[in-house]
Amino acid sequence: MRRFASRHPWWSAIIVVVAFILLWMMFAVWPEWLSDLIGSKKLFLNALFNGITLGGLYFLVASGFTLIFGLMRNVNLAHGSLYLLGGYVGYFVASWTGYWLLAFPAAFIVMALLGLLFQYFVFRRMEGEDLRQTLVTIGISIVVADLMLWSFGGDFYNINPPEWLSGPMDTFFITAVKSSGDYVFLRYPMVRVVIFAASVVIGLAMWIALNRTRIGMLIRAGVDDRDMLSATGVRIQLVFLGVFAFGAGLAGAAGVVGGTFQSLAPGEDTRFLLASLVVVIVGGMGSIPGTAIGALLVGVAEQFGSVYFPTYAVVLTFLIMVAVLAFRPQGIMGRS
Amino acid sequence: MALFEPHNISRIDRSPGWIERIPGPYWALAILLLIMPSLASDFVLFQIFGWSFILGMIALSLMFLAGYGGMVSVAQMSVAGIAGYMVAIFGESAIDQISMGWPWFVAIPLGILIAAILATCVGWLAVRTEGIYTIMITLAIAAAFFYFCRQNYTVFNGFSGFNGVLPPELFGVDWRTAVPFYYLCLFWAALYFLVVLYVSRSPFGLALQGVRDNPRRMAALGYNVTAHRVAAYTAASIPAATGGILLTWQSAQISPGTISIGPAIDILVVAIVGGLRHPIGPFIGAFVYVLLKTFAVDFLTSLGLSGERFQLIIGLGFLVIVFWSPDGVLGLWEKFRNWQKRDPLRGQEGGIE
Repeated sequence: MRRFASRHPWWSAIIVVVAFILLWMMFAVWPEWLSDLIGSKKLFLNALFNGITLGGLYFLVASGFTLIFGLMRNVNLAHGSLYLLGGYVGYFVASWTGYWLLAFPAAFIVMALLGLLFQYFVFRRMEGEDLRQTLVTIGISIVVADLMLWSFGGDFYNINPPEWLSGPMDTFFITAVKSSGDYVFLRYPMVRVVIFAASVVIGLAMWIALNRTRIGMLIRAGVDDRDMLSATGVRIQLVFLGVFAFGAGLAGAAGVVGGTFQSLAPGEDTRFLLASLVVVIVGGMGSIPGTAIGALLVGVAEQFGSVYFPTYAVVLTFLIMVAVLAFRPQGIMGRS
Repeated sequence: MALFEPHNISRIDRSPGWIERIPGPYWALAILLLIMPSLASDFVLFQIFGWSFILGMIALSLMFLAGYGGMVSVAQMSVAGIAGYMVAIFGESAIDQISMGWPWFVAIPLGILIAAILATCVGWLAVRTEGIYTIMITLAIAAAFFYFCRQNYTVFNGFSGFNGVLPPELFGVDWRTAVPFYYLCLFWAALYFLVVLYVSRSPFGLALQGVRDNPRRMAALGYNVTAHRVAAYTAASIPAATGGILLTWQSAQISPGTISIGPAIDILVVAIVGGLRHPIGPFIGAFVYVLLKTFAVDFLTSLGLSGERFQLIIGLGFLVIVFWSPDGVLGLWEKFRNWQKRDPLRGQEGGIE
C-alpha cells in the first residue's frame, strides 16, 4: 500500500479524499442543503449498504469464476448456471429440512461435484483452447437453463432466512435528528449484514489460503508456470480438480445467498454471469483482492444507480467497465 | 520486352475464363436459389429463406471478424439492432411521436452509418483485449445496449420498441410480400458473400489475416495492428447493419427482445455451427438454425414432449457440434471428404497412385 502511494500520489490523494467524504456522509448528521440536494440520508445509507452487501454477493459468485480462470485459464461461461442451480438446490434442501444453514453445504457440495464433472469431462479435453471452452460452456448453459426452466418452471423462488436472522437490526448510524433532539438510528436487515460478514470472512480465508498455505503456494505456482510445476512432481490435475470444485461450489453457495437476498428465477443465471464478467474485468482476472474491489464498485454503483437515476442503473455498471477498459485494460488489480 | 510478350500471352490463353473457374455445384446452387420462388411456398420463401439470409448476413459479419481477424464479437446483433432502430426512428413506424418519417434514401444510409460508427467504437474498446476477453467485453456491451434500449423511452421507446416499420414501396413493389422480399434478401446476402470473399483476398483482408496469425510480426513489418482490427469492426458492421434493417422489415417491428442476450448468443451459435473458415458457413448455419427453430416444435410434439423445449434441442445440437467439430458443419464436411479420399486398405490419404 505504501508502494502504491509513493508511485501514484495523485490517485492515492483522490482515493483518500473520496474515502473521507464517504465516511463523513456515513457518520455526520447531514445539513439541510445536502438533504435538499440528493435526498434524505436514510435513502443514501440504504443505497450504500445495499450496494456493499450486493457487492459481497457478487464477490462470492465472481471469486469462483476468477479463481478458475486465473489458475487454469478455463473459461467457464456456465458459471451463472452453477449459481442458479445451486440456489435451487439450496431452496429445496432448506424447505425439506427446515434448516436454512443446511442449504449452504448442500448447494456447495452438489455444485462442487458438478464442477468436478465439468472439469473431468469437458475442460480436461480442451486445455488451452479458449474459444472452444467458451462455446462449449455457452452450449452447456443454454441446455442447463432450459432444463431448469423445465423442472422448476418460471416462478420466483425465495429462500426464507430463519427467525433469528429475519427482521431488521439497529445500527449506530444516525439518519436524522428529531425535533425533540433524539437521534433516529438506521435499521437494517440483519440477514444482509450477516451474509456480508460471511463473504468477507470467506474472502479473507481465500486470500490467506492462497498466500500463506502450501496448497495456495501450489496454486500460485500453477498460475505462473503450469508445466514447470508438474515437472517437479506435483499432480497438477488434482490441484485443478480441487480448484474447479471449490470455485463451482462457491457459485452454488452464492446461489443460496442470492435466493435469500433476492429471488431465484430463469434469467438470473445470465444476470449473474454478466455481473461476474463485469466484476472480473473491472477488478482484473485471477486476482482475489481485485475481485473484491470490482464487486464492491459494481454493487455500489448498481444500487446508487437504482436510487438516484433509476432508468439507467444497469447501464452505469457497464460505463464503469468501459472506463476501466479505456484506462487500464488489464483491470484495476490485474497484472499486465 | 519482346522476349517476354509471347510468354505472357500464352499464359493468358491457358487461364480459364471466370465462368469456367467457378465449379459446377456453385452454379447449380445459384440457379436453384434464383428459381426457388417457383418451387417453394410463400411461407418457405419469406420465413425460412428470408430469415436464413438475414441471420446469415449478421453471422457473416461475425465470421469476417472471427475467421479473418481472430476476434469473436458477440455484439454483432447489437450493431444490426442499432441499424434497425435507426431506420425505425428516422423512417416511418407506427410510433408517430418518435419516428421522424424521413424518406428511405435518408433513413437507411443514416442507419447504416450510425451502426458503423457505433461498431467502430465497440471495436476500439474491444481490440484493447484479446481472445476470450473480447468475447466477455462484447457480451457485456451487448447486454448494456439491450438494457439501455429497454429503459430509454424518449428515443428507443423502451420495452415495446417500434412496430409498423415497413420497407418503402419502391418501383411500385410491396417489398414485404414473399417473392420480392426473397429476392431482396438473396441479393444482399449474395452481394455480401461475394464482397467478403473478395475482401479476404484483397491487401486489407490478407493483412487482417496476418494480424490474426502473428500481430507482432505484422507490427514489425510496419502494419498498424490496432487500425486493421478496428477497421475490421467497421467493415463487418455493414453486412450486420443491412441484416438488421431487413430483419426489422421482415417482422415489421424492432424491440429490445430482438437484440437481447439470447439472440446475440444465437448469432454466435449460427456462425460457429456453420463454420468460421469460409463465408458460406454462416449461411449454412443460419439455414440449419432456422429449420430447427421453425420445425423443432413439430418435431418435439411428435416425440411427445412439449414444444417449449426447442431451446434444449438447439443447445444440445450446438453442444454436439462444438464438442466434436470446432469448425462447424464445414469442418464435418471436410472430415467427410478426407475420409472419402482415404485409401481403405492403407489408411492413408491420397488413395492408390
